[in-house]
This record gives sequence, C-alpha cells and structure tokens, in this order.
Amino acid sequence: MEIFLSQLFIGLSVASILLLVALGLTFTFGQMNVINMAHGEFVMAGAYTTYVIQGALGASLVTLGFLVALPLAFLVGGALGVVLEWVLIRRLSGRPLDTLLATFGVALILQQVARDVFGASNVQVRAPAFLDGAITVAGVSMSYTRLFIIALVGVCLAAIWAHLGRSPAGRRMRAVMQNRDLAAASGVRTPRVDRRTFFIGSGLAGVAGVAVTLLGSVGPTLGTNYLIDAFLVVIVGGLGRLRGAVMAAVALGLFNAYVEYGTDASIAKAAAFALIVVFLQFRPQGLVVQRARGLT
Amino acid sequence: MHRLSETRRKTRCETRRAGARRLPALAAVLAALLAVACGQSAPEPGSSPSAEPGVSGDTIKVGILHSLSGTMAISEVSVKDAEQLAIDEINAQGGVLGKKLEPVVEDGASDWPTFAEKAQKLISSDNVAAVFGGWTSASRKAMLPVFERNKALLYYPVQYEGLESSPYIFYSGATTNQQIIPGLEHLKEKGVKRLFLLGSDYVFPRTANKEIKAWAKANGMEIVAEEYTPLGHTEYGTLVNKITAAKPDAVFNTLNGDSNVAFFKQLRNAGVSADDIPVMSVSVAEEEARGIGPDNLAGHLTAWNYYQTTDTPENEEFVKAYKQKYGADRVTDDPIEAGYVQVWLWAKSVEKAGSTNPEKVKQAAKGLTFDAPEGKVTIDGDTQHLYKTARIGRIRPDGLIEELSSSDEPIEPDPYLKGYDWAKGL
Repeated sequence: MEIFLSQLFIGLSVASILLLVALGLTFTFGQMNVINMAHGEFVMAGAYTTYVIQGALGASLVTLGFLVALPLAFLVGGALGVVLEWVLIRRLSGRPLDTLLATFGVALILQQVARDVFGASNVQVRAPAFLDGAITVAGVSMSYTRLFIIALVGVCLAAIWAHLGRSPAGRRMRAVMQNRDLAAASGVRTPRVDRRTFFIGSGLAGVAGVAVTLLGSVGPTLGTNYLIDAFLVVIVGGLGRLRGAVMAAVALGLFNAYVEYGTDASIAKAAAFALIVVFLQFRPQGLVVQRARGLT
Repeated sequence: MHRLSETRRKTRCETRRAGARRLPALAAVLAALLAVACGQSAPEPGSSPSAEPGVSGDTIKVGILHSLSGTMAISEVSVKDAEQLAIDEINAQGGVLGKKLEPVVEDGASDWPTFAEKAQKLISSDNVAAVFGGWTSASRKAMLPVFERNKALLYYPVQYEGLESSPYIFYSGATTNQQIIPGLEHLKEKGVKRLFLLGSDYVFPRTANKEIKAWAKANGMEIVAEEYTPLGHTEYGTLVNKITAAKPDAVFNTLNGDSNVAFFKQLRNAGVSADDIPVMSVSVAEEEARGIGPDNLAGHLTAWNYYQTTDTPENEEFVKAYKQKYGADRVTDDPIEAGYVQVWLWAKSVEKAGSTNPEKVKQAAKGLTFDAPEGKVTIDGDTQHLYKTARIGRIRPDGLIEELSSSDEPIEPDPYLKGYDWAKGL
C-alpha cells in the first residue's frame, strides 16, 4: 500500500513534468500544425536563464534568482519562439515536413550556441532553500521540489484556461485552431494570432526549463531529453486539446511509474511506446477530439 | 614548468637506458605473443604501406578524436583540451624526433559509427601517426576493428570494463582491477553487506555489474538489486523509491552522463543523504561534480586513479598549466589526466623507437615509465594497459574529491581478471 501510494505520487510528478513541457507544444502543434523540433531548446533556454540570473544575483539570493527566473524564462522562451516563427515558420506554412527538418536544424544550432556560450559541461543551478527536503504523509515521502512542480503546472493550466476561455485574444486563438479559413474570413488576423500562440507556447517551454533544473542536468542537450515524451503527450491527448494533454500526461506518468517499479526503466519505456502504438491504431485522433462544424 | 620538464627529461633518459637492455627479450616475447594470440605473425616493421605515418617535413601529424558535440561532449571536450595541452608542452620542448606535433581534431559527435568513420579518415586521408580518442566503450568497440585492420595505434583515456586487450590500442585509463575491485574492497572494509547496483543500460555497466556480482558471491556480499536506466534518462523518482524500499548499505553507481545529475538531485530531494546510503560512483569525477552540484554530492564516494587534489609535484604543475591555459574555473580529473598522460607516453615511445612506425612504437612502449600527475605509471607490454594506483575518494562540499585511501603502489593491470579465482567463467 505504501509503495502503491509512493508510486502514485511519483506518477503524478512525472505527469506534471511531461505536461509542463508538452503544454506549449499542444498549441503550436494544434493550431499551426507545426512540428517544432526546437521546442526542447526553448526549454533549455529557460534552464540557462535560471543559471544566468542566479549567477548575476550571487550566491546569497539563490531563492530570489529562481523565482525571478520563472517570468523571465517565459519572456526569453517566448521571444525565441516569436523570432523562429517570424524568420522561418511562417515562410514554410503548410509544409509540415520542411518545417520539421528546418526546426530540427534550428535545434542543433541553438544547442551549439549554448555550448559555445556556456561551455560543453553541465552548469549548476541551485534549488531554493525552501525546496530542500521532503514531507512524509501516510508513509509517502514527497519531496518539496516535486510538489512545487505539480503546483506550478496547476498555475500554468489555470492561466491558460482563463486566457482561452475568458479573453478576446484567447477566443481568437480557439477560432483559428478550429477553422483557420473561417476565422480569417470573419476578420481575425491569423498571422498575428499565430505569433501570439507561438509566444505563449514557447514561453511555457521556458517556464518548464526553470522547473526541470530542480530535477535534472542543465546542459546544451537538456531539451532533447524531454522532447519525445512531450510529443507523445500531445499526440495521445489529441492535437491542441488541453484536457486531452492533461489526461494523456497523467496516464503516461502513472503507467510509467507502476510498470517501472515492477520491471525496469527500459522496459517501462518500451511498454509505454507499445501501448501508444496500439492506442493510435484504434484512436488515431487522440483521446479528446475537437468537435467543430468544419469542412475538414 | 621548468622543474617539471627537467624531471621529464631525466625520466626519458632513464627509461631509454632501461628499455634498451630489455628490448631484444621483450621483442621476442611480443612476437611470440602476437603469433599465439592472433594466429598470425607480427608484421615486419616497415612492411606496411606507410612505414612512418604522420611524418612530413618538419611535422608529425597526430589525430584527436572525441565527441565535441552531442550528449558526450560534456565529458570529452575537457579530455581533448588536456591532450592539446600535452601536445603544446611537447612542442615547447622541441617536439618529437625534432619535429613539431600537428594535431588533427575530429568530432565523433557522440555517435559510434561516426567514430569508426572519422578514425578511418584520420588514418587513411590524414595519415596520422597515432589517434588519441574515445570515451564510451561503445565508441572504443566501434573503432577497434578500424585500428586493427589498418595496424594503426589508438590511445584510449577512460576507465572501462576490462575483458579486452587489442594489440593496436593503448589503454591509459583503469581496467576493472584498478578501480572497481578496489572500490568494492573499500565498501567491504566499511562493513557493507547489502549492495544495490545501478547503471546506464549499455556495455560498460552491464559488464562491470557481471564482474561485481561474481566478486560479491565470493566475498559474501548480497546484491539486493540490479537496475539499469536508458542513457539520458532523467526520471529517478521510481528508482529512489526502489532504493529506499530495498534498504541497501550502499549503492554502486555505474550511471554515465547526464543521468548522474538527475539521480543525485532526486536522491537528495527525497531526503536520502550520504550518511544514510552512500553511493560509490565510478563515472563521477570533478568535472561531473561541477554540473551535478556539490550540494547534491557531498559525502558520496568515488573510485579513480587520480584526483585534482592528488599530492605529487607533477600534479601541481599539471593543474597549474591546465588552469592557466583554459581558465581558473576549470577542474582536472581522472580521464583528463589520462588524456594528458597518454600523449606523453606516445611521445616517449616514439622518441625511444626513433620512429612513428606503430610496430616499433609498440616495441618501445613495453615497460616504459612516466612520472604522471597521478604518480608513476608503467606500460605493461603484454596488455598495453598501465600500472596505476587505485584511489578511493570522498566528494567535498566544494566539489573537489579528497582521497580516503589508496593502494599505495601502482596495481598491475589485469583486464581479463586472470589473477582472481572468482572471475573464472566470466
């Protein structure tokens, strides 16, 4: 029972990390049908933002540096995303394969830039002191870092939900996502909405970058470690569907946690892939399907 | 600098004299060994297409082949730096055979077939005298047939899992009995009875753990679990739960690369300290400690042959020169030192042989000694491994590693573990 609960916590924690990285992708992938291979590098940019700010503020302000990094990484990631959209992706609209290759190239360039600027070695990001240690509830040890990430995902989700559902800009985003041509015919300026979507999606990647510094390495190839899993979440969840992404992340996280406890990490990963292949045979559109009166 | 070069010159003369006396006998042994081991006779020196590879005019070309991009760049770039430092020092002293060394640097890109291709390119189009390179066992295994086929020399700087002894590779890192077994013996002395094995899922950890299990069986130590995670794995929550549930006395860690960062961070986050369950690592050195964060590592154990804190006059000079060339914030560690040492060993062998011909260099290398930063190392002619001193260390809060105990004198390399009864049948 204790192990069941411990793994439940680990599963939810894994889900929260997957979701944090995948949130931005669901938008860019869902709305613009762009497979952005550089998304992982935006995560990396967020992680390095934390490193730079902690370095600038000095060792005594580690906690402040970390907290300041959260909004700043959003801006850094977002800015990178807008530049990528403006320079490259809008010129390749409707050519998903070319975009995939081009953004993969961008990913490699960004990795090499990070290597040249910060060195090939991992850099050290310190966790704030208040996240040190763990709390034990009913025999389950829950580390503060994992709880913090779960809370952070909660905040991001709430913010996105509010933005999409309540603000005019969010409504325009949904309109473009559901039917680009109709939205354009109704007077929505789709290029501007695209850029906004890319800003938010890439900014979320930056925030994810700050969060993953608590758990893993901060180096030039950080992003590639998370990208594939994030794509799985997006595809299983259904393109551009927030609810689907949440469900997929939780399912994948729990599946991984329990299967890995019974077997090992390699088998758990292989089993997850096998399950997804089978799942997509029966439900290629993903868990949650967009219902719209489109002509698609 | 001056003091160091003086010692070096002296050593070179001494070894040349000692080597000259033993040369004929050793040559006979080598020829016999080659004939028996490979089922073919040793090629006549000078019979290969390029008898003096690398030599052109006033320069000798040597190859450096490490991952400068991709997941392994993190570790290999520093080794490349150390090798270039050695080449600079050798050139500053007048080069080898009166000729300057000219490095040809290639990027293995963390991709094993690329290592094989680039090795072939260095040998056949650049015609280098020797190649210094590799890190992962997978990259070495990919390059091995290339060097054997071309009868060219590879110097490999990293500790590895043993059970290999190619006639065309010089192994300047530790083999199992110079690192892993001393590490295990240290744990046994400290009263560890239950051991948890954790490694990345590839050739080095799997082979090392096979050897560790055989050792444990003979030494009455219980292996409570053996776990592998894919290279680049970042989620260790489940594994930390498995460790705390199994309650081992210690963890033996053969994880490689970025996974170490995730593992140690998440272990500490879960409230497990080095006092509760110490982790003995064989792939975490000073360079890795910087990226993992000394906070997360302090108190955990390592097994290596060299630390930046190793107290020898040669090391003082080496650390100073390295920091001067690459920045005061850089650290040295075991593979970096081995990379530096192997360039010197090659240069000394060539000086002694009076030629860059691989067969002659191999002959000359037998029994060659060098006062390395880690202390005296000697090339074992039979296996082409080094006699190395084993050192158990503890990671300090500042990220450097302090020595807890050492083998006092260099241990004879035994890549096939022939000297150990428990290793029969591996």
